[in-house]
Amino acid sequence: METKTVISTENLTKRFGDFTAVNEITFDVKSGEIFGFLGANGAGKTTAMRMLCGLSNPTSGKANIAGFDVYRQTEKIKRNIGYMSQKFSLYEDLTILENIRFYGGIYGMDRKSIKAKSVELVEQLGLKEEATKLVRSLPLGWKQKLAFSVAIFHEPKIVFLDEPTGGVDPVTRRQFWDLIYAAAERGITVFVTTHYMDEAEYCNRISMMVDGYIKALDSPANLKKQFGASNMDEVFYQLARGAKRNL
Amino acid sequence: MKQFIAFVKKEFYHVFRDRKTLLLLFGMPISQIVLFGFALTNEIKNSKIVVCDYANDVATRRIIDKMEVSANFEIERILMSHQQIEEVFREGKIKLVVVFPANFNNSLAHLNKAQVQIIADATDPNTAGTLTNYASSIILSYQAELQGLQKIPYQIEIDIRMIYNPELKGATNFVPGVMALVLFLISVLMTSVSIVREKENGTMEVLLVSPFKTILVVISKAVPYFFLSLINLAMILLLSVYLLNLPIKGSVLLLFAESSLLIITALSLGLLISNSTSSQRTAMIIALLGMMLPTILLSGFMFPIENMPLALQVISNIVPAKWYYIIVKSIMIKGLGFSAIWKETLILVGMALFLLVVSIKKFKVRLV
Repeated sequence: METKTVISTENLTKRFGDFTAVNEITFDVKSGEIFGFLGANGAGKTTAMRMLCGLSNPTSGKANIAGFDVYRQTEKIKRNIGYMSQKFSLYEDLTILENIRFYGGIYGMDRKSIKAKSVELVEQLGLKEEATKLVRSLPLGWKQKLAFSVAIFHEPKIVFLDEPTGGVDPVTRRQFWDLIYAAAERGITVFVTTHYMDEAEYCNRISMMVDGYIKALDSPANLKKQFGASNMDEVFYQLARGAKRNL
Repeated sequence: MKQFIAFVKKEFYHVFRDRKTLLLLFGMPISQIVLFGFALTNEIKNSKIVVCDYANDVATRRIIDKMEVSANFEIERILMSHQQIEEVFREGKIKLVVVFPANFNNSLAHLNKAQVQIIADATDPNTAGTLTNYASSIILSYQAELQGLQKIPYQIEIDIRMIYNPELKGATNFVPGVMALVLFLISVLMTSVSIVREKENGTMEVLLVSPFKTILVVISKAVPYFFLSLINLAMILLLSVYLLNLPIKGSVLLLFAESSLLIITALSLGLLISNSTSSQRTAMIIALLGMMLPTILLSGFMFPIENMPLALQVISNIVPAKWYYIIVKSIMIKGLGFSAIWKETLILVGMALFLLVVSIKKFKVRLV
């Protein structure tokens, strides 16, 4: 079975003055794939991701997201992607339902399906009792699961997750990944940046960014073989050791 | 449109969930009106005075009666000797003493001339000045009464008319001032904080990634505050009409239209501030400190602009509240129509457009 390519970049570059944040990165992501985007702080992950989301214009190179060009068709791209930011991105002074409905609303979903789907979603998450409580009162792990569910509420083709599990305990992180797997099974492509190497193991393929370059790109198993490492931590250290930008 | 409604709805949730801010929003105009209306007034009412009456005749009793019925004075005591006067002032409660010499009526009737002494406590020169004016005008009015009976061949009558505000009410001055201050400050403050809050919370990024148009983010942020400011305006007007007895002479509709213009100007300025800052605290400091003083000092509401050095007079032209203050005074107090204020209106429209365009431009720049 031939799988479709949903993200493809070719020599994608972003410069801020003299500083090249992202240097000619080229990669493809297939539909339904969980693609891990790894790298030390300052390696250029977030900048690369912002270009793919249409938040930032590339300096040069090509990129095609969900079949649309990042230069000319950002509005169409936006309609087809979901995004969950590094910072927790729900409104604390709105209830769970109000948050879900708000995001459904700004993605232009019609009222009926918002209503039906939001009820379904809180049931799925086991938050039926809390649905009319303010998000402020939820524990962090729940907030993050909710934020993810909201990011894919409008059934995007691709969801971009920027360090989604920061500050969360391992059990909740595991549960969070269950949600990611469920989304991938539904055909949503997951593009995730992370610092946690155990999470890297959960991805289908990962890319390692060092100083704006993609230094390695393969499945976790192949990467370990390639670097003769027993786990992803070692792979990461071997690659990141050569980094010139201060960590 | 559906997206827009969803967004505006969310903004209203924010406003109504934040009880403290809401309290500030509606508490500020009420407290300002009450403060300015009753505490910070230049009018002096029921000031206690003492009369020292050596004459005790028809004329002096008539003048004392007139003082007694005036709203400005309340006669505390009538003294019979000069020695007590200094004592009275030392006690501090009495600000003014009126002394009638003996034979006041006699000399008035036969010499056509009489003297009266007014002694005021000038530790507060403004109060002293105002009180002596009140007192001499009462005495003059008695003189006018007398002249009505007699015929004097030559007489120059001075006819002073305080137009638009014959009772010299302080309210005519400060109600438009408070309107300008409250509407402007609240609108600037609220909007500037609300956009920066999205940035701080990280929700702005999510909004930018969504297909929701950025310009609509800016506009829908301003919508709730626009309506709240109109409610505020209605409240100020109701208070001024019913509590301070200051009627609106001109068209209420025009007043609301012009106020909407000021609110839009202020909201745009607020948006500009929030687009140029990255923390709620900075935005608030700029909005409060940067806007409060120029608005109070340079709008002409507290201090007349005509008396300021030329540089400040020029600067005052960029203060939107100044133009609004002129507009409100023209409509509310003079009862003028649009033809009298089109110039000021045009200036405000220009300011609003300029600020709105710049703030939207600035908002877009941040995306690249």
